[in-house]
Amino acid sequence: MSQKYSLSVSSQFERLAEIADFVADAACACGLNEDQVCDAQMAVDEACTNVIEHAYRGKPDGTIHIVCERRGKEFLVTIQDFGARFDPNKVQPPKTGDPLSKRRIGGLGLFFMRKLMDRVEFDFSSGPGNRLTMAKKIKR
Amino acid sequence: MALKISLKEYKRVDLLAVDGRIDSSTAPQLDKALQKIIDAGRFRIVVDLSDAAFMSSAGLRALLSALKQVRRFNRGDLRLAGVSPKVKKAFELAGLLVVFQVFDNSVDAVGSF
Repeated sequence: MSQKYSLSVSSQFERLAEIADFVADAACACGLNEDQVCDAQMAVDEACTNVIEHAYRGKPDGTIHIVCERRGKEFLVTIQDFGARFDPNKVQPPKTGDPLSKRRIGGLGLFFMRKLMDRVEFDFSSGPGNRLTMAKKIKR
Repeated sequence: MALKISLKEYKRVDLLAVDGRIDSSTAPQLDKALQKIIDAGRFRIVVDLSDAAFMSSAGLRALLSALKQVRRFNRGDLRLAGVSPKVKKAFELAGLLVVFQVFDNSVDAVGSF
């Protein structure tokens, strides 16, 4: 059975650095290379920022539960919150090819998560809040 | 952890050096520092990212917002220096490497104005 690494933090931006350190340690232990560790850190940072901003709407007393594990040839990160439901289909992807005058400021978080990870899945069937699973194939 | 931001005012250019993680927690500090320069009527800015350990989309938003303001009426520009490969990836993903002028170091970036 694979080892799981878990962290529970309050829904505050000030906790993002701690989350990044936790993800780096877990991703290294699960066998991701340096570039992949950075990708996972960035994706989790964006995901947790979305949780704080959208699921908890800036309220600092929510809980974010993060679990990292290696499953087969994949590194899995699961992020559970207990805030408002987040519908990823309502998020318009940013137009990254547009000239500066037309660039929308924002909307990059989910786009980054999808670019940086191999799989991004939201699951709303397991109780309140949002459960996000992101996977990255482990390359040596 | 707070971002360390230092500002050097040259005759024609302001050089803002950023040390630490730029995420949703610290991006407002960067935003505020850039806004202060712009509000003072100074529109030629170099942001030195040599010591920026991490850049999230929140940091990109702060830089993009400032860039839009300083380029208005062709009055200035915001140029970047010392972008590490790790930080560069965020700019690449967002398609912003074609929008910002990027220099290897702050001397070149300041000299480019």
